[in-house]
Amino acid sequence: MQLSVWTYEGPPHVGAMRVATAMEGIHYLLHSPQGDTYADLLFTMIERRGKRPPVTYTTFQARDLGKDTSQLFQTAARDTLDRFAPDAMLVGASCTAELIQDDPAGLIENMGLPIPVIPLELPSYQRKEHWGAAETFYQIVRKLSDKDRRASDKAARRPLANLLGPTALGFRHRDDIAEITGLLNKMGIDINVTAPLGSSAADIARLGEADFNIVLYPETGDLAADYLKREFGQPAVRTVPIGVGATQDFIREVAKIADVDPVPMLKEGLSRLSWWSRSIDSNYLTGKRVFIFGDGTHAVAAARVASEELGFKVVGLGCYNREYAREVRAAAKLYDAEPLITDDHLAVEKAIEDAQVELVLGTQMERHIAKRFGIGCAVISSPVHVQDFPARYSPHMGFEGANVIFDEWVHPLVMGLEEHLLTMFRDDFEFNDHAGASHLGPGHAAPGQEDTAKDETTAAPANDTETVWSDDAQRELKKIPFFVRGKAKRNTETFAAEQGVSTIELATLYEAKAHYAR
Amino acid sequence: MNAQLPIAASNGSDCAPVLKERGQREVFCGLTGIIWLHRKMQDAFFLVVGSRTCAHLLQSAAGVMIFAEPRFATAIMEERDLAGLADANEELDRIVDQLLARRPEIKSLFLVGSCPSEVIKLDLAKAAQRLGAKHAPEVRILNYSGSGIETTFTEGEDACLASLVPEMPALTDDDVANLIIVGSLPDIVEDQFMRLFAELGIGNVASLPERAVSDLPGIGPNTRFLLAQPFLGDTAQALKERGAQRLDALFPFGVEGTTAWLQAAATEYGIDETHFAETLRPYQARAEKAMAHQRARLAGKSIFFMPDSQLEIPLARFLSRELGMVLTEVGTPYLHRSHMDRELALLPADVQISEGQDVDLQLDRVRSAQPDLTVCGLGLANPLESEGLSTKWAIELVFSPIHGFDQAGDLAELFARPLRRRDVLRV
Repeated sequence: MQLSVWTYEGPPHVGAMRVATAMEGIHYLLHSPQGDTYADLLFTMIERRGKRPPVTYTTFQARDLGKDTSQLFQTAARDTLDRFAPDAMLVGASCTAELIQDDPAGLIENMGLPIPVIPLELPSYQRKEHWGAAETFYQIVRKLSDKDRRASDKAARRPLANLLGPTALGFRHRDDIAEITGLLNKMGIDINVTAPLGSSAADIARLGEADFNIVLYPETGDLAADYLKREFGQPAVRTVPIGVGATQDFIREVAKIADVDPVPMLKEGLSRLSWWSRSIDSNYLTGKRVFIFGDGTHAVAAARVASEELGFKVVGLGCYNREYAREVRAAAKLYDAEPLITDDHLAVEKAIEDAQVELVLGTQMERHIAKRFGIGCAVISSPVHVQDFPARYSPHMGFEGANVIFDEWVHPLVMGLEEHLLTMFRDDFEFNDHAGASHLGPGHAAPGQEDTAKDETTAAPANDTETVWSDDAQRELKKIPFFVRGKAKRNTETFAAEQGVSTIELATLYEAKAHYAR
Repeated sequence: MNAQLPIAASNGSDCAPVLKERGQREVFCGLTGIIWLHRKMQDAFFLVVGSRTCAHLLQSAAGVMIFAEPRFATAIMEERDLAGLADANEELDRIVDQLLARRPEIKSLFLVGSCPSEVIKLDLAKAAQRLGAKHAPEVRILNYSGSGIETTFTEGEDACLASLVPEMPALTDDDVANLIIVGSLPDIVEDQFMRLFAELGIGNVASLPERAVSDLPGIGPNTRFLLAQPFLGDTAQALKERGAQRLDALFPFGVEGTTAWLQAAATEYGIDETHFAETLRPYQARAEKAMAHQRARLAGKSIFFMPDSQLEIPLARFLSRELGMVLTEVGTPYLHRSHMDRELALLPADVQISEGQDVDLQLDRVRSAQPDLTVCGLGLANPLESEGLSTKWAIELVFSPIHGFDQAGDLAELFARPLRRRDVLRV
């Protein structure tokens, strides 16, 4: 057993729902007890979908268990077929149905339904949501792709690509797809099929007609891309185009596989991010300490943008999906950051607190953590919330995506000018320590002013050493902006301990500052 | 109504035949009650023994309500817990130790059963006994099931409160009579009721649950109780078995319901009728005034209730009699006849009551009835809105203060708002 308060991923059948709901004409028959229908609201409320997810829940109850739950399943299968007339049906079990071992796959096979049926084996007690989505998409592709369809003669047409991985409830998938489709079209490349999002059984059938695949979301698209490579010999582009540099790499990789010239697109497609980041106002972004956490792919991509394109210092980098731990560890090494692979949000909270960062790039969970600490935060990955489905166009991929990223990540930081004002007008009523950062809105007090601020500004040392603060030094410490005060105090005390200084004087504070200058 | 549907035989003469349906149910399971129960009982922690799905449900139902660290969690069962029950029990003990070490302020711990724990027959009553002995007297360990195979949404609260009944201190014949208000109410509503009882001259009134599990009221032959919520069948039964008597009444929604509910207590305790009428008059007038704003908007409008919380029938009675709404179908997940007698008697004779659900068939009836307002769960609201039907989220009726005189206007407003919005929008 695992003690869990909040989870980053749902069970694997929710992953299957994300695939089914993304597609057209596919229905998912889920053997499940009453209550599992809660998952519908993720789609209708968070994503504001105007249609119910195409899922039928068999809804067995305790009194059915001794009798015939398999009868219930078969009745539900027939009703589903009659009412929804899907082109193909997914069948599977949720966690409870898995335990009663009704064998939905066998039951449905015996019924001899007139449409393709795809049985799903999603072990609820071992696997999670992303894996469930990837496995479901893979099974759909395996079953519904027409093995006789191959790419036609290249001489007579533009290169053709499939875009793989976008699902319902995905972080910015809707806009990423539009952005990347536009970018590829400009490069002279056509899209054969985008899947699962927006695709039908007929679309899946013609996947083999593409020259190559582009895996935009490896968490959900990798398994299918591996299969398509084996079955149709289609190579896969795996660079994820998030940020200016990665988008340029993506263009080069695509151009090479499609045999087109990347130069016009590379020349034309410079994002505003490059100049915005070089402009003088962005100087204050230099070395801002950021903590990054999300799904493996988005976290790794964010680390590159943060480090190379905004000049931040990545101090923590992690993911909740162990399947991508290797990639995250490698990236963490690259940026000399501490890797964190966990799905325990309390461990993430602790890491964020310890890292003393100025910005958190994470999921909705980290947004809440950052809010509690009074640190700015931008969301970069699922799990998502209603806010992550903005009405306006806001991709994270491609060149426009880089523009969106610049805005979304920089705005939560205390703006450069404001930071100067904070220092210059410290005692002004609007800029005093208790006023808090203006971007958090009026009435938002500085974080921890009751508890942590007290700890950090009194003479009591933060650690077990015998160091004490002189009155002068303590007064000076209070003048340091609240969001770096904790770090300044800790550094000074560590420095004093190392130097064998027992009383921290004004000079000690500044010597420590020089010692730790970055 | 859809004519082809088979209508089950009536089993009562107080209303039109009840349509009983079985099929896909678009409802929450009983675990969901933890979301409001843990806010009400502030010394309690709820540990669901279940699957990742249970944890995901709680988090999805709780929505944005991410508090620092909530007083609920899930012990997520994994592959190895299914292999042998001995191991599962050991694992549970380990998790409880870990939890109590981390949260020393917890005084009561509810082990909450789920679909998977029920199916593998993990005996949480035994586990609670075992762990209770180990952690007594600091922590009291209780258990109930919120599983979807046994409970629908608000029945989780029923199961939880029923598990508290054996813990209530025993009172004897010689003890002073007491009155218990049963059902978790928002604190503000509970306080209003307590003030009203005091004004009426009814003393010694307690609540189940109280704000702390450690403050459970006593129970004995002189105990009378009033149900504040219509979904507490098992709790009522358990209270009766301990000698308490239920005061039968309408549920306290709107002026009529609240008056009748208080009347039941006043009659029991022999409160002077004139005093009763005079005490209530200003409250009733205030409620009428607050509702008047909404009546113009709601009168003559039709409403369809999908089954959700068992609040449907009392609310339908309120909307029909006090606000002039026209009832089409009133669905309830479960119809508790004896608790609903008085409510059903006040519904118009031609109202279709339905019990249980086959969601696709019911949606067909919604589409054919084209009601002005449909009360439904979150999974159905936007899909119906996108078809041009106005909806009211049923879950808001469970989370919002809606009982009593001073909430009658707010309750009416909850139903009026979607209609007002539809009239306002030009987009």
